[in-house]
Parts: sequence; C-alpha cells; structure tokens
Amino acid sequence: MSGSKLGNVAHHFENAYQQFSSAKLGMWLFIVQEILFFSALFVAYAVYRGMHPEMFVDAHHHLSWKMGGINTLVLIFSSFTMAMSIRTAQLNQRLQSFWYLGTTLFCACIFMVIKFFEYAEKIHHGYLPSVWFSGEGIYETMHIFFGIYFTMTGLHGLHVLVGMGLIIWLMLETRKGKYNSEYFTPVEMVGLYWHLVDLIWIFLFPLLYLIG
Amino acid sequence: MAGALNYINATKGLKSWIFTVDHKRIGIMYLAFVLLSFFLGGMFALLLRFELLTPSTLYLTAKQYNQVFTLHGAIMVFLFIVPSIPASLGNFFLPIQLGAIDVAFPKLNLASLWIYVLGAVFCFYSIVGGSIDTGWTFYTPYSSSTDTSVIPMVLGVFILGFSSILTGINFIVTVHKMRAPGLTWFKMPLFIWALYSTAIIQVLATPVLAITLLLLALERTIGIGIFDPALGGDPVLFQHFFWFYSHPAVYIMILPAMGVISEVVATFCKKKLFGYELMAYSSLAIAFISFLVWGHHLYVSGQSPYATMLFSLLTFLVGIPSGIKVFNWIATMYKGTIDLKSPFLYFLSFIFLFTIGGFTGVVLGSLSLDIHLHDTYFVVAHFHYVMMGGTVMAFLAGLHYWWPKMFGKMYSELAARIAFVFVFVGFNLVFFIQFIMGSKGMPRRYYNYLPEFQPYHVLSTLGSWVLAVGFFIMLGYFIHSLMKGKTAPENPWGSSALEWKTASPPTTFNFDKNLDYIDHGPYDYPEENK
Repeated sequence: MSGSKLGNVAHHFENAYQQFSSAKLGMWLFIVQEILFFSALFVAYAVYRGMHPEMFVDAHHHLSWKMGGINTLVLIFSSFTMAMSIRTAQLNQRLQSFWYLGTTLFCACIFMVIKFFEYAEKIHHGYLPSVWFSGEGIYETMHIFFGIYFTMTGLHGLHVLVGMGLIIWLMLETRKGKYNSEYFTPVEMVGLYWHLVDLIWIFLFPLLYLIG
Repeated sequence: MAGALNYINATKGLKSWIFTVDHKRIGIMYLAFVLLSFFLGGMFALLLRFELLTPSTLYLTAKQYNQVFTLHGAIMVFLFIVPSIPASLGNFFLPIQLGAIDVAFPKLNLASLWIYVLGAVFCFYSIVGGSIDTGWTFYTPYSSSTDTSVIPMVLGVFILGFSSILTGINFIVTVHKMRAPGLTWFKMPLFIWALYSTAIIQVLATPVLAITLLLLALERTIGIGIFDPALGGDPVLFQHFFWFYSHPAVYIMILPAMGVISEVVATFCKKKLFGYELMAYSSLAIAFISFLVWGHHLYVSGQSPYATMLFSLLTFLVGIPSGIKVFNWIATMYKGTIDLKSPFLYFLSFIFLFTIGGFTGVVLGSLSLDIHLHDTYFVVAHFHYVMMGGTVMAFLAGLHYWWPKMFGKMYSELAARIAFVFVFVGFNLVFFIQFIMGSKGMPRRYYNYLPEFQPYHVLSTLGSWVLAVGFFIMLGYFIHSLMKGKTAPENPWGSSALEWKTASPPTTFNFDKNLDYIDHGPYDYPEENK
C-alpha cells in the first residue's frame, strides 16, 4: 500500500504532510495536558499565598533572585538555540543544527548546575518542606512556601532532564543524517516541548523569586 | 468468508499480538483486560453486598469491609469504566468509522495499552499487599494517615491516567487528520462525536488528577503538608483538585456510552437520527459544562455558600444537553422500523435507567435536598443508575451490536434476551431499593446498620445475585459464540454505517478497496426519501 510513499511516511498516512500535521497537533495536545498538570500547583500556590501573604514575601528573601535570574536568561537563550536548530535542520544545514542542539544541551546543563547549588544551599540552611524545615524565619508556616518551591521547581527540573535526554537523542540522529528539509518532525516536536519547559520556568521565576 | 485473511488470523503467535500496532487487535486486548477488571470489581461488589445481608457482622471485619468497597470502587472506576468503551470499542471502531487504516499514532496506542497494564499491576499489588481502605476518592487526611497500601494504588491510578491521556490525544488527532475523503465533521457518526468530546475531557482533566495524586503521594512519603491542616495546609483543596478531574471523568464514562446508544438506535430503527447536529453539539456542551460543576461534590465540605449556589446552578445546566439527547433518541424511534434485537433491548434499558439516574442527579444537585441526602444510599443508587444503568448498559448494547463485526461470529439471540432479563431485573432490584433506603437515612459505606433497614439490604443483595446470574449467562453465550458461533455476514443488522461495509471480521487495513468519496450522512436509510 505504501509503494509510492517516501521512506519516512508510515503505512497509515496518505502523505508526509498528513503525518507531520498529525504529529504537530498531537504535540500541542500533549503540551496542553502538561500545562494542566502544572496548573494544580499554580492553584495551590495561589491558595496558600492568599492564606499567608506576609509569609510568602518573607520566605522568598531566602531565594537568590540572581541565580534564578541567570537561569531565566540561560533558558531563554536555549529556546533561541533550539529554534535555530529547527531552522537549520529545515535548511539541510546538518552541522549547524547539530551544534545548535549542542548549545541547547549545554544551556540545560548550566541550568541544572545552578539549580543544584540553589538546592544545596536551601538544604544546608534547613529551608525544607514540612517537618524537615529547620531554617530561621519569623513565620511558623514558612515550610509551606518551601514545600511549594521544591515541588514546582523539582517537577520542572524533571522536565528539563527529560528534555536533555531528548536533545541527546536528536543530536545522535542528526549526526546520522536522519533529518532534512523533507523530514524534521522530531526536531520540531522536541523544540515545542523545550519551549514549554522554558515557558513554565518564566512563570515560576517571578512567582517564586520576585514577590513583593 | 471462511478461510479469508482478516485481522485476527493475518499473523500468528503471541508476539504478533503483544507488539501489534493494529488498532483492532489493541481494542480486543483492551476489551479482554477491561472485562477482566469488570469481573474482579463485580466479585468485590458481591462480597460487600453479601456482608450487608445482616445488620451486624456476617463474615468481614470492619476494616476488610472498607477495603472491599474501596477496591470495588477503584477497580470499577479506574480499570473498568473509564477505559471501557473508548479504549475497547472506540479503538476498534473509531478508525473504521472514519474510513482510516489506523489511528494517527499506532505505536502510542500500543504504548497506552501496556501502560494501562502496568497501572493495573500496581493496583493489583495494592490489593494483595495490604489493600487500601480509603474509598476510591482517596480523601485526605485519612488517605495520608491510614496504614493500608495507598501508594501502590495511587501510583497505579497515576499510571492509568497516562494511558487515558495518550488515548485521548490519539483520538483527537485521528478525528482531525485521518477522516476519509468527503467525510466532513457533520457526516461523522455520533459515536465519533462522543469519543471526540470524551477525548477532550481526558486530555484536559486527567493531568490534574495526576498532579493531585502525586501531591498525595508526597504528603504520605515526606509529609509535604499541602493537605494537612496541622501543617497549615487545607484538606478541602484535595477535594477541589480531585473533583476537578473526577467530575469531568463522570462524563468520560457516560459520553462514549451516549455515542454507542446513538449508533444502536439508528440501526435498529432504520431511521436517520433525530436532531443529528444538536446531538453532536450537545456532546461538546456536556464536555464543556463538565468542567464547571465539580463543586457540587463539596456542598457539605465547607466551601463558600456563594460558590455552592453557583455550582448548583451550573449543575442543573448539565440537564439541558442530556435532556436533548434523551428526547432525540426517543424521537428517533417514532415511526421507525423497530427491530427488537438484544442491542436494542439494552438501548431501551439505557433510556429508562439513565433517565432515572439523570433526574436523581438533579435532585442531588439542589442544595437543600443534598444536605439531607449527602453520603446516603441515595447517592450510591444515583451514580449506579448513571454509571451502570447508563454506561454499562450502553457498553453491553455496543458489545452485542458490534460483536459480529469484531469476531465474525453470531451469538444466540435467545440466550442474549434471557441474560438481558436477568441483568435488567437484577440491576433494578439492587439499586432501586437503595433510593428508598437512602432517602430514609441509611448512610453509605456503613459496615453495620440499624435493623429497620435489613429488608432493603436483603432485597438489594438478592438483586446482586440475579445480576450475577445474568452476567454468567452472557459469558456463556459469548464463549459459545467464539467457539461454535455461526459465521456472521458483513452486515447482519442492515446498518448503513461505514463499519458494516467491510468484512466481518475486518482485514488488517480495514477496507480492501479504496473507499468511495463519502457524500452522505452516517444514518442514511431509504425511509428518509419518502
């Protein structure tokens, strides 16, 4: 049934366009469900900030806005390099695409390293969720802020790690020459995912680091 | 037809099933797992109904009783009824009704099947390793403090959620991108519209359940305190999160059932479905409103009275599209050439039981009545009328309707009618009495009860046995059909729908030849021309 189709078109699709647009719609739907996955955490954030507004302001001083700010810039830059890797893949510039992916991966590494130092500092000073909280603070409820902080940034960090795995896979495939102007679906899909991860951080940063 | 190559015998061996990407085989495997879960959940139901024969202890301890009703609920909701119609019948017939070769992402479809199995394994682990006793709603603070195995069950449901989301994404993309030439949106069968509306809810609501269960697991393991008032948290927030998924999930359960019912009524009345467009829009309307009513589960949980009033009003709105559907199904029968075969019998019982379930839902949605009826057997009877009287009856209608197409074999119509009588009578015996019991004040989930309720409980338990007999007869004639059933023709019911225009059972690629350009609606019967 697939005699006249190009090599990359699966048996149940009519043509490459149908396959690509299906993948893209599927990816957007996946992104929608990701946003709803995080949405409950944003609601929890809103509820607890509404309940303890002063505590949130006080607690956020224990986060380093400089480290968070650098991480924001790093992620935005990585979104740019990700977009460029898609563009270069579409233009058959395999080598450039590979190195743009490499830069994106490097940015993700920087993000995770900074995150590691942030976490280490919080843990060292006892700014931890619930019963593990032993940090200094005038509010007894401050552990709630750190519960939310660790859950939200932890889940986000997990998404960054998944993204790094996907980018490594793309780099290997790019080196094998899998992608060209006819077929670049995986690059574009991972790109969409990476922008989502970036976007969630862009909301997390002001909500957690820049209160009051 | 015998000896012809079809999707069942195209390739052989266990591996050809485990690694298949054929949506029909995946649908059949889902059907097997879903029916197995139904059997298991049903066994738990029989166990707990048996315990309730007497007002005092019969054979279960109080804790065991809690575990049995929790497992009945959790298995029936998460392993059976959520995936029941979409994953089994939906997987099988969605691409065929669209004239497609497969769903948009066949490998993802296979993945979602095995993710479902993985989730089921965790749930079964929870059963054998210190069964959970929180009720299927996992309400905090009890769920974060009980010593039974909450985490495996919650993890299992979390994984099942992924399976559900992936199926939803797959179906939405398939409907958008894989329709046969000429098959425009308003030429699609209503089963597709129903699955499409369901898939939207699956994609939008399930992730919220996932994060809620994740937070619950964090609460239990590291005591994050987000739902714990002692640590400054709020247990009602759990209920909000939980019902933000679980109320839309009720429509994940009922919408596909409505789709099946639309197919069955059109075929067995040989008539165009009355108000086709409105039926399609009302499916979408139900999906939309479903997101705005979760607060009606929290009338007595201490949410603000204004929110409660608003949720009550929004809840009544669900009655409008549901009412449109019921009236349209009934109007379709008017002047139709009715063929009273077993799928149609299940259709009739669906209309009857779903209407009772729907009306009692309006009763529960009104504030003052709900204060009285909250957490009584009235609620239990209400949702069993919708879920079992609605979804399960429609599932059985669909199973009997599409059985010849799926397996290429006919079943004994006489045996099917006998089983139907048992199922219908048994069901009403179990649950109608519970409306009365509940309105008299019998609380749900109680292990022992006041002696004056015993006659009701005895009748209800007797009903559960009648129901069980009905299902065993059904199991018997379906197995007989598979072994020795007569070969089914291409179109045994004389339907005009697309899935009946291919062989029974279909070939691997669904249609042997290229389909003609589709220039007519799904329910095109000659009567229309008169």
